[in-house]
Amino acid sequence: MDLHATSAAVLSKALAAKQISSVELTKTYLERIGRLNPSLNTLITVCEELALEQAQAADTRRANGAAGRLTGIPYVNKDIFCTKGILTTCASKMLANFVAPYDAHVVEKLNAAGMVMLGKANMDEFAMGSSNETSHFGAVRNPWDLERVPGGSSGGSAAAIAAGLAPLATGTDTGGSIRQPAAFCGISGLKPTYGRVSRYGMVAFASSLDQGGPMARDAEDLALMLTELAGFDERDSTSADCAPEDFTSQLNSDLRGLRIGLPMQFFSADLTPGVEERVRHAVDVLQRLGAEVREVCLRHANLAIPAYYVIASAECSSNLSRYDGVRFGHRCEDPSDLTDLYRRSRSEGFGEEVKRRILVGTYALSAGYYDAYYGKAQQIRRLVQQDFAEAFETVDVIAGPATPQTAFELGAFSAKPVDMYLQDIYTTAVNLAGLPAMSIPAGFSDGLPVGLQLIGNLFDEGRLLRTAHAYQQFTDWHLQQPAGLKKLES
Amino acid sequence: MAVTPDEVSRIATLARLAIDQTDAPYYATQLSKILEFVAQMNSVDTSGVQPMAHPLDAKSRLRDDAITEVDQRALMQSVAPAVEEGLYLVPRVIE
Repeated sequence: MDLHATSAAVLSKALAAKQISSVELTKTYLERIGRLNPSLNTLITVCEELALEQAQAADTRRANGAAGRLTGIPYVNKDIFCTKGILTTCASKMLANFVAPYDAHVVEKLNAAGMVMLGKANMDEFAMGSSNETSHFGAVRNPWDLERVPGGSSGGSAAAIAAGLAPLATGTDTGGSIRQPAAFCGISGLKPTYGRVSRYGMVAFASSLDQGGPMARDAEDLALMLTELAGFDERDSTSADCAPEDFTSQLNSDLRGLRIGLPMQFFSADLTPGVEERVRHAVDVLQRLGAEVREVCLRHANLAIPAYYVIASAECSSNLSRYDGVRFGHRCEDPSDLTDLYRRSRSEGFGEEVKRRILVGTYALSAGYYDAYYGKAQQIRRLVQQDFAEAFETVDVIAGPATPQTAFELGAFSAKPVDMYLQDIYTTAVNLAGLPAMSIPAGFSDGLPVGLQLIGNLFDEGRLLRTAHAYQQFTDWHLQQPAGLKKLES
Repeated sequence: MAVTPDEVSRIATLARLAIDQTDAPYYATQLSKILEFVAQMNSVDTSGVQPMAHPLDAKSRLRDDAITEVDQRALMQSVAPAVEEGLYLVPRVIE
């Protein structure tokens, strides 16, 4: 068994059958991280000592007959989730020295499941970016082509899975930050319904849009991990009070009767032909598996990005006001007075993209501009949501591309923020409406992975995962591995 | 809509950021481009549309008015840049 290319579901069975121990598995991954990560930069912190302790505890738990399905399975944790006693940087100089005093709800859940945290994954600073280039700790490289970006903001998580440095990872998705890197790196990623996974202990970017979720090789692993991540948490004021669900129980390969909608707006001139060809082919496969395909109209889809950037920037300017150089985080040297302390600490601590968004958000919320920008964006948000609600009256799942193109070269959009924002053209509408959506591998264009996006109705993750699983029973795109890594492996 | 370097300075003051005179024109150009881009929103008439603040239109949860927090001051202050006797230290604000 090629351990680093094996799914969590298969590893789980191997652990249960005592074919391998968690300590052995963890050592295999740590050793691979040591060899490959210097070239890929997927992790900000490697937690070797902790991982081996957790693996030992998982083996003991298994010996005592108390193991769950993910007990002893290693994962990497996006560095946006607070981990008690471990550096939690959010890829910012502002938090470069921040050792979290408590665990995020997600971390509590994964600890309770007995999972093994290998490290904290690199990301765009404060999750603001679509390329992982805004990280204070340097860009992450795409395992399929080291001169290209892995996508963002959960780029470290996606690249780690693609490179076989971990079978599972956490991510967060505010405007596409799970789905776009999943597409660029050829892995599977799920953004759950807003409220499904608690935001407690997850560093806030735009609170009405932020949602944590799982990243993995395939849909079955996503279902396993979502089952652990999901759940009501009273410490998150917008946590959804749903009954616990086993998302693996609905997986089967029969799609008869499933109604799939193709939004014509997602097949526009912005879509590159190579991506379109793969996505249309994937939809044909779903049809062959029994799904009915029809067109749907998301009339205001083109306005989702402008509305998203106003709302996300406004919420970020408010959320990031907490970084004041007083209670935690970076503080400037020798402040002359309190205002100087605030202004210099913040300007030194935040990178350029973060400052740009704080400025845009502050502008949009300032006197005289509020109605024209923030108010207007919230009205468009309603129209976007209504488009989806209408579409879901006639279909069960919406399918389309996750991104307009495949992974682009490092530096391709530097100093061109608007062009970079347009990379999220097919993902932001989902966040505005709070819907669950995923990206799964659908083949390659010029040797680079293409992602198929599947969007579901509120709290309909089970059906999304079933659709993706059926597709993956019939295709092997999710099993492909980056050939270029072989050079680094030797 | 074009943003001037002076406006950038005004917004930076509101946001408690220090953007110096040499960087202000750069940010002014960038902000202008972003605002020009988001102005696409004006292509649709939204009069009468109810603004949407939250995806699930959730109501705030209420709880009993009981003390639930425990004292974690020492733990929370362990990550502060400067504290003394349980207080956060900042430059003198009262002469």
